[in-house]
Formats: sequence, C-alpha cells, structure tokens
Amino acid sequence: MTESKRAAKVKKKEWWTVDEEIGGRPLFRYRRLWGAIVTSTLLIAILPLLVMVVANYYQYHKAFEEEIKQPIHLLASNARRSLHFFFDERLAALNFIIHEKSYDELCDQRELTRIFKILKENYADLVDVGLIDADGMQRTYVGPFGLRDKDYSKQEWFKNAMLRGRAVSDVFLGYRQFPHFALAVRTENEEGQAYVLRATLDADILTTLLEDKERPDLRDAFILSRQGVLQTPSKTQGEILTSAAVTLPPLAAESRVIEQPGAGGRIQVLGYAYITNTPFIYMVLEQRDTLLKGWFALRNQLLLFLGLSIILIVIVVLVGSTYTINKIREADDKRLALLHKVEYTAKMASIGRLAAGVAHEINNPLAIINEKAGLMTDILDATEDFPTKEKIKSSVQPIIDSVDRCAKITRRLLRFAKHIDLRREIIQMEFLIKEVLSFLDKEATYRALDVSVDVQERVPSIESDRGRLQQVFLNIINNAFGAVEDGGRVNIFIAREGDNHVSVTVRDNGVGIPPENLHNIFEPFFTTKEKHGTGLGLSITYGLVEKLGGKITVDSQVGEWTKFTVILPTKPEVKDESSEAAAG
Amino acid sequence: MSRATGRAVRQGAPLKTGDSENKMPAKFLLVDDEEDYINTLSERLELRGLGADVVHDGAGALSYLARHEPDVVVLDIRMPGMDGIEVLRQIKRDHPTVEVVMATGHGSAVEEKLARQLGAFAYFGKPVDIAELSATMKEASAARRRQGQG
Repeated sequence: MTESKRAAKVKKKEWWTVDEEIGGRPLFRYRRLWGAIVTSTLLIAILPLLVMVVANYYQYHKAFEEEIKQPIHLLASNARRSLHFFFDERLAALNFIIHEKSYDELCDQRELTRIFKILKENYADLVDVGLIDADGMQRTYVGPFGLRDKDYSKQEWFKNAMLRGRAVSDVFLGYRQFPHFALAVRTENEEGQAYVLRATLDADILTTLLEDKERPDLRDAFILSRQGVLQTPSKTQGEILTSAAVTLPPLAAESRVIEQPGAGGRIQVLGYAYITNTPFIYMVLEQRDTLLKGWFALRNQLLLFLGLSIILIVIVVLVGSTYTINKIREADDKRLALLHKVEYTAKMASIGRLAAGVAHEINNPLAIINEKAGLMTDILDATEDFPTKEKIKSSVQPIIDSVDRCAKITRRLLRFAKHIDLRREIIQMEFLIKEVLSFLDKEATYRALDVSVDVQERVPSIESDRGRLQQVFLNIINNAFGAVEDGGRVNIFIAREGDNHVSVTVRDNGVGIPPENLHNIFEPFFTTKEKHGTGLGLSITYGLVEKLGGKITVDSQVGEWTKFTVILPTKPEVKDESSEAAAG
Repeated sequence: MSRATGRAVRQGAPLKTGDSENKMPAKFLLVDDEEDYINTLSERLELRGLGADVVHDGAGALSYLARHEPDVVVLDIRMPGMDGIEVLRQIKRDHPTVEVVMATGHGSAVEEKLARQLGAFAYFGKPVDIAELSATMKEASAARRRQGQG
C-alpha cells in the first residue's frame, strides 16, 4: 500500500464535514459513532434532569398555591370569629337589659339614660339606644338625635327582630344621614306585649375591626352585605354603601378561600366568611400574582438552573465526544498506517524476489548471445575482407550493445533486490550532499539551475553506508534536475528530526507528479519517461533507504513542485542476517 | 589474432573429459552446464591464447581435477547436481593451489561473499566481458605460478 507514503500529500479530511472514503474507511462511520455517543449521552444526562425539574416545578407550584391561601384563610376565619364575638357580645348585653328591666322601666327616659350611660362606658362605639313597641314606634330614645316616636315598622331589622328575637341590620343612612347599623333584641312581658330594644353603632367600627396590620397595602379587607352592598370602604371595590364589583361567593358556614377572575383578567384570591345571624359577609382580596411573587422567583431560578445545566451538558458532551472520536480516529489511522507499511514492505519484498528471479533467468541466455556474438566478431576480425564483412560486423555490434543494455537492466534488478551488509561510517550529511552535487555540477552550471543546500543548526552526523547514501541522493537529485526547466530551482534542506533522525528534503519547482502516480512511484518498472528510463531508479532508492533503516516520502503539486524527504536514523538498526540469506 | 594459432579451435559437440586425456592438459578448466555458452566461451578464450578444457557439471570437474590440476578453474554456480559453491569448497580443500574464478548468472551478494570466503580468486556476473575475464584468468594463472615457485 502506498497510502502511508501519501499521508503527507492527502490533506486530512475532517470526519464531521466530509462523507468520503479514506484508505477504504468511510468517514461517515465516525460521524455515525459521534452521533450515537452524543445522542445517548445527552439523553442519559438531560432526561432525568428534565423529569426532576418538571416534577419539582409542579410540586413547588402546588405547595405554593396551598401556602398563599393559608394566611388568607386564617385572616378570614379570625375575622369571622372576632366579628361574631363583637355582635354576640353586644346583643348579649342588650338581651340582658331587656330581660332584666321591665317594659315600664325601659319606657322611663331617665332609667334608659342611666342604662345607656353604663352601656356607653363598656361599648364606646354605641351611638344611641331606644325602645320600640310591637307596632314599630320608638317609645323611648337616648342619643344625640331626636328620634322619639319614629316609626320603624317597615324596617327589615325590626321585622327580623320581631320574628327571630334578635337582629343585626345592614349599614344604612337612615334618618341621621351617616352610615350606621342597628342591633335589636325582642322580648314579651307577662301580658304578651312584645317590644324591641335597639342600639345603633357607627359603621366606622367595622372598618376599625377589619384593620390589617400585616399587609395593609396589598390586601383589601371589607364587609359586604348579602345584597352585595359595601358595608365598609374598600380599596378595590369602592365607597361605602355602593355596590361591589366582586360577585357573591357561595354560602358557607365556615370561612373559605377561592380564586376568581378579577379586574383586568388578573386572578384574585378571595377569602370570605358569612357572619351568622348578620347580613354581613367578611371578604379579603389579594392579587394572585402578588402572592405568587416568591413562586415566580423560584420558578425563574429553576428554569435558569435547567437552562444552564443543559447548556453545560451539551457543551461537555459535544467536546467530550469530539475528543473521543478524534482519539479513536487517530488510533485507527496509526494502525492503518502501520498495516500499510507492513503490506508495502511485504509487497516490495516479493517484487524484489520476482525481479531477482527474472534477472537470473535472463542472464544465462544473455550470456549465450553475448558469447556467440562475441565469437562472430572474433572470427570476423580474424578473416580477410570480403564484400559483406563490414555489413555483418555492423550488424553484430548492436547485438553486443543490446546485450550490454540488457545486462545493465538485470544488474539493476538484482541491485534492487540485493541484500548486502552495510558498510558503516560516520557521515556528515551536508558533506555527502555536496559531494553528490559535485557529480552533477556540470549539468547544473550548463542548465543554469539554482541549487541551494540549507543546513539546520546542530544537525548530528549519522552512521551509515556512504556509497548507498550517495546512490540514493544521486538518484533523487538527478530526478529533481530532470523535473525542472532550465534555470529551475532545486532546494535541499537538511534538518534534525528529534534526537535520533536526520531528514534531507529535496524540493524542486518542476513539473510535479500527478496524485495517481504518487501511488506507485516507488514500484519497480514504474516510469513516466517511456523512452529513457527503466523505472528502477526510485524503487532501488526506496529499497536502499529502507535497507539503511530510513524512510522516504514524496509529496507533490502538479505544475508547481515536488518534494522528496528522506529520514535517516543516526544509528542504523541491526537487521536480521538470516532472512537476507534466505532471500538471496 | 596471431595468438589464436597457438591451439586449434575446438568445434562441434562438447568435449568429453575423457577426450582431453590424450592431449596436452590445458592450464584452464571451464565448468558450466550451459553447453552453447561454455563451448563458445572456450573458443573465444582459445582465440586469445587461453586454451581451456570444458566440463559440464560439478562431478566432472572434480574427476578432471583428480587427474590433472589446471592453473585456473572458471566455475558456474547454478548447475544440476553439485552446485558451484560446493565444487569450489572441494577444490579448495583438495587442491588448495588451484585458483577459481566464479562466473554466474544467478549471483547474489550472499553467494559472492561466500565464494570469496571460500577462496575464490574473482567473481563475475554473466554475461561476462571477454576481455575482463581473460585478463583475470591470466592474473590468476600468474598468481598460482608465483605461489608454485614460492
């Protein structure tokens, strides 16, 4: 295989961009492998992460929903309890008075004034008190307004009180033109006469009761009548005694929290409690998204975490996979190169054996032709002139010349296959090259070639076979001279390669070698000089360099340049003698 | 050309070793199985004053030497039966003063080395240049004479 020789020439194709074959290996195999590794690794890494994040998302979300309702619920139930207590306490006081005092006593203006005074000491929020008979007429009145003999028979709270024994009224303006509400209790005396004790409270007391000390700016707590009329001012629903925008929630005995769409499509959380035995509904409203602020922050963190994790995973997986596949490919390439080298060596060896065999077999008949033709010349020389003598002589001579040519070919074939012990001596590469160039001096001068020798600093001397090295470089430089036009350029560069090798590069700016010929340039009988060459030159060169433990590579750009590089060890390896004997 | 008159040109069929018994033994012996080649070579050498006897195998060469020692033996390597290297070895063992010139079409470096180690005077690859060969044969002969005198 000559791929290894071409390695320098063929630009390394990248497996992620190219879909063609190199050295018989399809590159898409690496792409597929890469794809498989990337896909599986990403799946394994990202899938559990996604599952975890999604699960967490819903769990956190649920927990948050519960959590935001909790304080609202607490607020509603507390408010419900304190409002109950508030009304019960006052109704109980009125109830005690109506039972403790007789109708006549309560009709007594002075007595009621005394009672009101005592009540007012305990309940400062009390505005006035009055006794109303079964017909709804106010018999006695203590308070800032002159409301004696007012008729309350049409009032809802009066009817309720007459019917159920106690009643709490809506907030209303009434005769007094300020928001207030009434508490009323009813009883009958022994004569079956029913009467109602009524007390009025300023509606402001409700507002005071609802006062939110925790988050007054975020929440809106207010009281609604069962008709949907505001009993206290509301931040979102409007002024007192106007209709509220909020829809009435379903009736419930306990406090509840529900969600419902509010103004501007925003969901609002509504906590409410129906206050039993009163027309009041306690309500507390808060915007859901305000409550969920914490949740949104958490959610954003979660998504950020997810996003960063995925980006990181993708980067690591891509970089890691690419690195791994590159390593695999490098290993493959190395193995393949080694394989090619072994194959190539074996091929060269068998070609060598074949060449030697052919040369040997041809030598014997050549020897006969040589002797016969030689004898003819001898005889002709010994014979007196006769008419056709010169003609015969001139026919015999080309036979001998042809035998010479053939003999040269067989000798070169043999040299190609030859295995002789190397002579070793210490050689300065620069001197050797200059020596070789001196053989070609005349040609260079005649053709005005620009020949240069550049030597890197501190190139070590090598131990090798001088004669063979001369042969190698004579051949290579001669080829270079053959490739360039008159006035062309041949540069020779000598450099050290690591600690144990020296490289000699011969570069010409000649015709170049087409890629298809680079394959077999080192094979015997390969020639492009149809008329002149035997094609053994480079194969012999190759054999010699191998023999010396070195390597020869060629690289070329058609029409521009050709570069032969010979890398030689500073000390030759010891080759196995027995295998050579077998080959001979 | 005047030298060529020294000895009659052998013609026709190859010379059998027995034939040479009656004649004056030659100073040279040529050993090669390629008859066309060796007979022609013998003729040409004779033209140059180097009269030689010819045998066609290793065994023939050894039996020739048993009867008569030439100055120089020109020996092929690749032959049927005993090969040239073996013949060389026996000649050098039994007739150490006889000089041997190897001439072969199958020469390899290993064989050349071996031949020289065994005491071959010279080593030629076929086809051989007649002038070179005859000069070497004369040299070898002279060398043996010197040794013989010494």
